[in-house]
Amino acid sequence: MHKQKIHRRILDKITEKLLTLSGALTSIIIVFISVFLFTEGIGLFNTPDIEEGYALYVNSENRIDNLSPEETKQIFDAEVTSWKAFGGEDVAINVFRLDAIFNFYSENELGENYELLPEKLGEVISREKGIIAFLPNEYAPQGLQVRKLETATVTLEDYFLGTDWIPTATPAPLFGVLPLVLGTLLVSFGAMIIALPLGLGVAIYLSELAGNRERKLMKPLVELLAGIPSVVYGFFGLVIVAPLVQKAFNLPVGETALTGSIILAIMALPTIISVAEDAMRNTPLGMREASLALGATKWQTIYKVVIPYAKSGISAAIVLGIGRAIGETMAVLMVTGNAAVMPTSFFESVRTIPATIAAELGEAPAGGAHYQALFLLGAILFVFTLIISVSAELISKKRHS
Amino acid sequence: MKKLFVLLMSSIVLVSCNNSQKSSEDSTETKAVSTQSVRIKGSETVLPISEKAVQVYLKDHEGANLMVTGGGSGVGISSLLNKSTDIAQTSRKIKFSEKQKIEADGRNLKEVIIAYDALAVIVHPENKVNNLTREQLEDIFTGKIKNWSELGGDDLEILPYSRETSSGTYEFFKDNVMSGKNYASGIMSMPANGSIIQSVGQTKGAISYVGVAYINQSVQPVSVSFDQGETFVAPTAENVKNESYPIVRPLYYYYLVTPEQPEKEFMDFILSDEGQKIVEEVGYISIR
Repeated sequence: MHKQKIHRRILDKITEKLLTLSGALTSIIIVFISVFLFTEGIGLFNTPDIEEGYALYVNSENRIDNLSPEETKQIFDAEVTSWKAFGGEDVAINVFRLDAIFNFYSENELGENYELLPEKLGEVISREKGIIAFLPNEYAPQGLQVRKLETATVTLEDYFLGTDWIPTATPAPLFGVLPLVLGTLLVSFGAMIIALPLGLGVAIYLSELAGNRERKLMKPLVELLAGIPSVVYGFFGLVIVAPLVQKAFNLPVGETALTGSIILAIMALPTIISVAEDAMRNTPLGMREASLALGATKWQTIYKVVIPYAKSGISAAIVLGIGRAIGETMAVLMVTGNAAVMPTSFFESVRTIPATIAAELGEAPAGGAHYQALFLLGAILFVFTLIISVSAELISKKRHS
Repeated sequence: MKKLFVLLMSSIVLVSCNNSQKSSEDSTETKAVSTQSVRIKGSETVLPISEKAVQVYLKDHEGANLMVTGGGSGVGISSLLNKSTDIAQTSRKIKFSEKQKIEADGRNLKEVIIAYDALAVIVHPENKVNNLTREQLEDIFTGKIKNWSELGGDDLEILPYSRETSSGTYEFFKDNVMSGKNYASGIMSMPANGSIIQSVGQTKGAISYVGVAYINQSVQPVSVSFDQGETFVAPTAENVKNESYPIVRPLYYYYLVTPEQPEKEFMDFILSDEGQKIVEEVGYISIR
């Protein structure tokens, strides 16, 4: 008897320790992941805003000292063709890339291992007044009339307030996350507008109106909805919902923010329904009966007693639903068209943060500016979800107090 | 609690140290025992070739240990950098910065073209425009031409779709068809060849590009001209073979030159007649 007691106590102690251990381990992993995200991402602001290993060179008579990434892009896309636009002389801009050297010199003239290349590049740059050359540091041009443009680093403003996300633009990639952040918020907001009335309606039906049999049938069905892989939703959205949206609103494309919202709404439904239904079912029977005894109808009871009592639970359902929508990747990637433009309406294609990370991380050169920009995007998403889960926590705390 | 925490941390550190030691020992061991363990990693475009080739190769080389994984061209090259793969398969040429990083500590990188892939420009089947010049394509994808009526088609907005910004296909198209200019900002992009076909097939004003192997009934390929409109060439297997079709890109294997040469036998195989036959079976163009 006594021995058994000791055994049990030891066992209890061990279980206790194991549980503490698993808790500690989980917290460590979470801290580790967030630290990892931020440290990988923060390096972006020390990276030059021109592609790594390259620099821009101009003729020394050119008065321009530095160019912003947007200006560089305009020059290399031939949108701006005169130096006058940036305060220089009225000389036509002549864009020069490394490969163009072969139009001036044959391969023999450049030496065996291209040793003569820097010298020849210098000659070309000295000759042309309006030239801007995008060249690797390895072959930095030599010559008196060559001037290297100052390179700045990517600034906080460029990143957080930039409106163009063109991470593979050469020579100067643009990392403006504003369209992505707004796109994510827009799609999630739309999803909530669709999912809330539907989800709360189903929750009220399940907790108040449905008979036992209906509930037993509906609940597993709703939960099944949560078990479908998101890529299946994405496919469904691309093949069925996108053409429907296109026809219904007579749009040129079906892959719009609205399509994404519809799919996300369907995906957020199970969370909203089950959390809200649980909250409503927790309304004490006594309160309902009291309400009915006072002569209130069923609907009055739901409206005046059950919903106010379950208010914080319903709010938690909403917040959790938003969390589900904001972080969803695959389905959104397939149905929103992924155009990185500042969203202006629900009927345009948008690009969300998770979709951007999923689509681009695989091919981005590790450790480069693009890679860091994507990790920082992950950090932004992390902050979003943190805010959401903290508010969910606060709301449900309010319920208990 | 605090004590427990410290204990836990130190044990984790210990365990992880142990592990890393072990794994480094492991890798040297396998190298010494067999030169036949080869890992191939990278582009999803090249993946079908590598998978099929490894399957066939393993039939004749029992005991050889080859592993193929996808992940993307960038993943392949960064794995080469941290030695978690032996061969990186890519659908784009290695970036200058990536090459510098690899060659920084004196390692030598070898580039081998193992196959070619032709890209077809596709539109909705009801579109009347069948011929496009390179200049027109450039203007479409940079956003200068916005309506099909400017190209002799219906009065319909042009909706260009591109592949994802990071795919090798995206960069190849930019460098070779759009003369290095950037895509119009806000161009729609799709994650895979399959979804491009799906979207173009159900959107009237759409235009995009995919690997020739992916074309099906739901979209219509366009003939392109790279000589200012003198001759238009359709992306048929025949035209790709006789090299008259202009939008063709190479697919690469990259590996480090080491004295052990673990990859040599497999490289010989993929470049042999048998290996190149596999390339064609999978739907790409052999290097011969």
